[in-house]
This record gives sequence, structure tokens and C-alpha cells, in this order.
Amino acid sequence: MPTTDAILEVRGLSKTFPGVKALQDVDFTLKKGEIHALMGQNGAGKSTLIKVITGLYKKDGGEMLLDGKPFECDSPEEAPKIGISTVYQEVNLIPNLSVAENIYLGRQPMRFGAIDWKTLNRNAAEAIKKLDLDIDVTQPVSSYSIAIQQLVAITRALDVKARILILDEPTSSLDAAETARLFDVLRKLKSEGIGIVFVTHFLGQVYDISDVITVLRNGRLVGVKSVDELPRLALIEMMLGKSADEVECVEKGAGEAGDAVDAECFLRVQGLGRRGAIRPFDMEIHKGEVLGLAGLLGSGRTEIARLLFGVDKAQEGRIFVKGQEARLTSPRKAISLGFALCPEDRKSEGIIADLTVRENIVLALQARTGIFRRLSPKKQEEIVDRYIKALDIKTSSPEQKVGDLSGGNQQKVIVARWLASNPDFLILDEPTRGIDVGAKAEIENLILHLSREGMAVLFISSELAEVIECSGRVAVLRDRVKVAELPREAINESNIMKAIAQTEGQ
Amino acid sequence: MSFNPACLKNENLGKLVWPLVALFAIVVFNVIFTPGFFNLEIKDGRLFGSLIDILNRGAPVMLVSIGMTVVYATGGIDLSVGAVIAIAGAVAATIIRPDYVKGVIEYGEMAPLVTVIGVPLLLALLAGLWNGALVAYVGIQPIIATLILMVAGRGIAQLITEGKIVVFIHEPFQFIGGGFLLGLPVPIVIVAVMLLVTYLLTRKTALGLFIEAVGANPKASQYMGIRAQLIKIATYMFCALCAGIAGLIICSDIKAADANNAGLFLELDAIAAVIIGGTMWGGRFTVAGSMIGALIIQTLTTTILTRGIAPEVTLVFKALVIICVALIQSEAFRKILTGRLAKTEAGQS
Ligand SMILES: Nc1ncnc2c1ncn2[C@@H]1O[C@H](COP(=O)(O)OP(=O)(O)OP(=O)(O)O)[C@@H](O)[C@H]1O
Ligand SMILES: [Mg+2]
Repeated sequence: MPTTDAILEVRGLSKTFPGVKALQDVDFTLKKGEIHALMGQNGAGKSTLIKVITGLYKKDGGEMLLDGKPFECDSPEEAPKIGISTVYQEVNLIPNLSVAENIYLGRQPMRFGAIDWKTLNRNAAEAIKKLDLDIDVTQPVSSYSIAIQQLVAITRALDVKARILILDEPTSSLDAAETARLFDVLRKLKSEGIGIVFVTHFLGQVYDISDVITVLRNGRLVGVKSVDELPRLALIEMMLGKSADEVECVEKGAGEAGDAVDAECFLRVQGLGRRGAIRPFDMEIHKGEVLGLAGLLGSGRTEIARLLFGVDKAQEGRIFVKGQEARLTSPRKAISLGFALCPEDRKSEGIIADLTVRENIVLALQARTGIFRRLSPKKQEEIVDRYIKALDIKTSSPEQKVGDLSGGNQQKVIVARWLASNPDFLILDEPTRGIDVGAKAEIENLILHLSREGMAVLFISSELAEVIECSGRVAVLRDRVKVAELPREAINESNIMKAIAQTEGQ
Repeated sequence: MSFNPACLKNENLGKLVWPLVALFAIVVFNVIFTPGFFNLEIKDGRLFGSLIDILNRGAPVMLVSIGMTVVYATGGIDLSVGAVIAIAGAVAATIIRPDYVKGVIEYGEMAPLVTVIGVPLLLALLAGLWNGALVAYVGIQPIIATLILMVAGRGIAQLITEGKIVVFIHEPFQFIGGGFLLGLPVPIVIVAVMLLVTYLLTRKTALGLFIEAVGANPKASQYMGIRAQLIKIATYMFCALCAGIAGLIICSDIKAADANNAGLFLELDAIAAVIIGGTMWGGRFTVAGSMIGALIIQTLTTTILTRGIAPEVTLVFKALVIICVALIQSEAFRKILTGRLAKTEAGQS
């Protein structure tokens, strides 16, 4: 045994799916009281490694040791029993069950042979407080945003008495404050000697919290380094396999298109509001402009997107599209006005898992052109090839099922779908969720490119840097109120944070 | 048979393998035990033989399976097809002999073929509209929504015929169930035409893709502006139309309308055929698979009849075969099976 305090050791692990070698001869060692970051591009094999460890997939070769003893979980239910607690990348809660039921599913407190609901709900309420979450635990999880669902899934994992905690992109839809709170909890667990595996595409977070970094590329182990001896650029190079200079970055002068303020106003909103969702607000978006929407978790960003797309109906206010008053009664209506929404929740509102990559990408465009004007196979191929290349979608072929792609690649397919549908006004709700550094810049560039061609864009993201890079103007939300609007010159991190904090003081 | 080049390329073909194996097994069984199973004869330019017979007898199941496939793909199910078959037959027969139930034996003026065919099919479409509206607009669970017509429909058919079996003679109409076209029995030709129509409608337009999208992820489809409600209604109407045609074939073939027995349990055969064929409940559909499923079921039925197995055990026997095919298809089951085998092998060595 090389290291005595290693709790989990994986040696020479391999896993092949039809057409893809997802893992080849991968080694991985997790020590007690260590936060170990698992890094790599979309499709590198991070989630697969995790799923093999927890028994969701069967390994093809190699060995896995727990405390030096070989182990293998036959099913993912076994993993918690041997002390491995996991939050998977795709939140797998049961939508119709309450938050409390989801947290304790399979380990409900019992009393006289029946579920003890009182204790269940009380325990759940306490458990979620650890992450400073204040929600009604008796409500079904589906009634909460994807970020809150993610926190519920984390709460569920934290509540298991575990020695190993695996978190696959737990922060992909959390904002800075939520992430900080999660990190506090992780540090505490670490001091208790728990080993933590942490996957993320946010480099900043890696340097914030982790001790050791393991990098995978194309299913192979690239290297293991402690955080201190691996500067950012070197990490990027390890992940991408090319020098950092070659990495695409967001073209400067991003907001140039945003100067389109004197261009034609595409959408004007007056006093639009809905009780419990967003207080009445005004907003204007011009042709060829990217309007950023910044704000904390639950500040009403997604709610605005849903109002503007007709998913939820506004209770007050007026909407003008190209000067004409319009009523947004349904998504269909919004679509007929040239709107499109790339939704936040890719699993339930975005991908159609059983259909192929090609079908998923062309669907929105096809829906616009209509049933009887089917896009020719050639045209479909052309679009799909273009986006697979542009966004670097890792798929064995355009005919692969989307459900078999890695999380980040699924996200790219959804973004491709909406970019390809070429609307007049595109609402992007967290479009880069779970997407790696390289591809993120590609997506931002594509968005800027389209906006320069005249598309109006509403860009929602919890990652401030991204909002700043892309937007020509930024609207700031807090507690379901629009509190500020920053013109291009004033867009920077401190101004946005100030706008968020100011109202907090009131 | 509809030919879809895409289905040869990807997973679809893989999915068809097991149903084909099952069909092959049943055919082999027949070849061994039924002498002359493969014999085809041409008499007066018409094709005869066991195989043709199976296709001919199987036409109603095949037709209904086509419709059931698209309904199933939208995440629905249609239990009322048997009832629609009964209604279509009853209406057709009553149009031919309007006063038969009142005891009048004379025919009166011979009804034109257009009416005899058109009216029942229109009613069938209406039945589909009813089902579709209940599912898409009222939001009732498909199984419950179509159960209403399943129960009420046969009652309606019996009311039309007043519980009697209406027998008739109507040369042009009898052609549908008993005639020959291009040397083939007309029902087979009708199935072929419907397959072609379905193929063109679903795969040469975007309809097939939209059906699969709506079935697999209704919310995502809504965000893309796909009209889920219209598509659902269209599939139920199409399914009912298929059932209506099947009803006419059955009625024309036996030259009578039997509201009690026409199409009885056919919905179950059709659902089984669709599932055996590998169509997903809400998602990918393959009409070719359903046809193989329907053929499996029809061959089975014919085999049971010609083997002289008691009719009481027919249903049980059918159920057994369906379970077997479904199990073979289930990936989980195959895994368990191969896992066991691997373990016992490892244990022995
Ligand atoms: N069930 C599956 N069937 C077929 N291929 C799969 C399956 N799951 C994963 N793959 C493939 O294995 C590779 C690795 O996927 P994995 O999900 O491990 O990537 P990842 O590193 O987690 O990426 P991301 O950052 O996007 O989440 C990908 O190319 C993916 O397409
Ligand atoms: Mg992943």
C-alpha cells in the first residue's frame, strides 16, 4: 500500500460504451480529509468514473479498492451503505415528491410501522438549513428552481453518514453566495476526515477549495497535481491538451453590438409583473443588442424569462414588439412573434433524450418551418455538422442518442438548437451551464456574432464574469425586483455587486 | 411494405432483431408441423397459400396496429379500436339493409358504395376526434378516456343492429373483404396502401419527428412551439380511421355485421403488436416493428387454429408467447440471463 490514508483507490479502470472509450486505464486516489477536484473537458469521462465507482455502470476492467480492500457496487443503492454518498450531475430527485420525502427517500424515520411524517418534515427543515436554504419542505421539488433542486440533492447526500462524498458539478447552477455556503460545509466535512470528490468547470472554485487535482482527457488520465504546484494556465493546458494561447477567448469589444441603443427597439416592456414571481418592471431590448440579467439565486431572472416567453402569464403590464402591442398568452404566441427561449432546466424542458443529436438540433427550426416543409436531409446535415464543429460537441455520430452524451455536451446540443432556429429575440437562461472553459468562449462568440447580425438577446447567467463579457447593458435583479440597469460603460463586477447589495441595505 | 432507409442505419434495426427472431421461430415451427406451409399457388391469376392466408386474416390487426403505433408514440393508448370496428361494421350493414332489423327482408334501393364506405369511416373519424379531444383538451388519462368509448361504443353498435346479426349481400362492398386486386386479396392491398400513406405522412413530413418529440418530452416540445394538442388529436383520429377500415374489411368478409364479436379483443392484439415491435410509450416509433408484431400474433392465432388447440387455451397460449417476446426484448432481462449464465460458467470452470 503506497499511502496509508487512502480511502478510495482506483487502478487501471476502463469502461467502453458502443463507439466510445469513456475510460481507459484510469488511476484515481482519494485520501482522508482531502478535497479532490476531478477536471476535464466535456466528455472527458468524469461522470463515467463516478458512476462506475458508485455502481451505476459496470466496469470493463481494472480494480477499485475501499480502505485497501477490493469492492464493487452492484447497484447505486449499495454505495451509500458502504459510505459513499453521491450527488449526480443530472439532479435525480423525484419531481412529484416533497422536498422532505426526497431527502429521506429510502431512509424515512418510522414510528409504529408507519412513516413518521412530523419527524421527517422537521428533520428535513433542519437539514436544509445547513445550506441556509429557507423553503417549505412539504412542497413538491418540481415547484422549485433547478438551483434549489440542486441544493436539495446536495442536502440529501450530506445527510448520509458517509466517509466519501462525491459531488458531480454541484455548483453548475448556484450563484457565488450559495457556492460559498456549500464550501463552508465542505470544509467542515473535510476537517472531520471525509474524503470529497468535486467536479466543476469553474476554475476559480477549484483553486478556492480543493487540495489535489486529477485531470482526465478523452477518457485517459493526464495527471495528478496538488493545487499549489499547478497554476491556472498549466491546468487549462492539461485539460485541453494544447497551449493556453490557442484557446479561443471572447472577442473584445463584445458590447459593440450593444451600442445598438439607437437601433430599432425590438421589445419594450412596461410595468410587467406577476405576483410571487416578479414585481412590475420596465425593460427595453434593441435589435442586435445583448441585455444581461444579473442577480442572485431566486432574484427573479428565470421568472422574467418565463413571463417574456408566455410560459407564465403576466398579471399586469404591457408588452410592445416592434412598436406593436402584443399579448403573450402562450409560448406558441411568443414563438410566432419571433421569440425563443433556451430554458434553464435541460433535463425536463430541454433535451429529448431518446432522439438523436441531429433531431434535437433541428427540431426548433423544423417546428418554425412547419410540419409539411420538412428540412431536407442535406440541409439538416449541414446545420448539424456546422454546430457540432462550432461548439465542439463530442458525439460518436449525429445519429447518437442525446441521452448518451455527457452533461456538458447535452447542454451544447440545446444551445445549438436555439441558435440554429435563428429567432429575432433569443432568451438564454443559463446557456453555459456545465460547459467547459473552451466551449464556453465558443458559445459566447456565437451569441455575439448572431447579435451583430441583428438578433436581440436576453442573456441570463449566474456567472458574473460571463454576463460582463457578453452584455451591452446589464439589468440587475434582487428579490424579484429590478433594481438597476447599467449602461455599457458602467458594467463591471463591483458596480453589479453594488447594485445587488444596495437594496439589501434598505 | 414501407421502406425507411434510416431504420436500416441506426438502433432501429437492432430493435427489430428480436421480434424477427420470434417471428422466424414461429414460422419454423409451422414449416415443420404444417405440411405445405410455404406453398403458393396461382389460380386464375390469384395467389393462394398459407402465407397469403395469414396476411389476409391479419389485415385487421395490422391496420389497427399502424394506428395504435402513432397513438402509443405520443404517450397515449387507444382501447376503443375494437368498439370502433363494431360500429363501422354495424353502420355499413345498416346502410345496406336499413330495415332488416325491423324484419323487412327486401333490400330496397341498393346503396352506393361511396355511402357504405364513407359514412362508417366518417363516424370512425368522429370517434377519434372524441378520444383525442378528451385526451388533449380535457386532459383525461388516455387509458380512461378511450375506455369510455370502448365500453359505450360496442353498446352503440348493438343499438344500431338492435342486437341482431345483420347479414347482407352487396357485391361491390364484398370486394373489400373478399376480392382480389393485382392477384392479391384486397385486404392485403389495403394494408400496403395504408403503410405507404403512413410512411409518407410521418417520414416525408416532419410529423413523425413531432409525434416522437411530443411523446418523449411534452414540455420541451411546447417550448419549441410544436402543437402537441393538434398532433395528439390527429393521431387518435388516424387510429380510429384505421380501426374503421378494419371494421369494414371484417364486415365485408363475413357479409354480416356482428356487433357483439366484431373486433373483440383486437385492441389487445394491436397493443401487443406495437409493444413487441419495439415502439416506446412516448417516443420512438417503428411501424415496421408493429407489422412484425402483428404478423407474430396472427401467425400464432392461425397456428393455434390449424393445430387444433382448444380455443379456451388460445388466449393463455398467446399470452405466453407475448410474455416471452417482451422478455427477450427487455435489456434488463437479457442482462440477468447472460449474467446468470456467465456466473454458472465461471462457477463450473
Ligand atoms: N450511457 C452512455 N452510453 C454511451 N456513451 C456514453 C454514456 N455515458 C457516457 N458516454 C460517453 O462517454 C464519454 C464520457 O462521458 P462523461 O459523462 O463521463 O463526461 P464528463 O467528463 O462527465 O463530461 P461533462 O463535463 O460534459 O459532464 C462521452 O463521450 C459520452 O458520450
Ligand atoms: Mg459529467
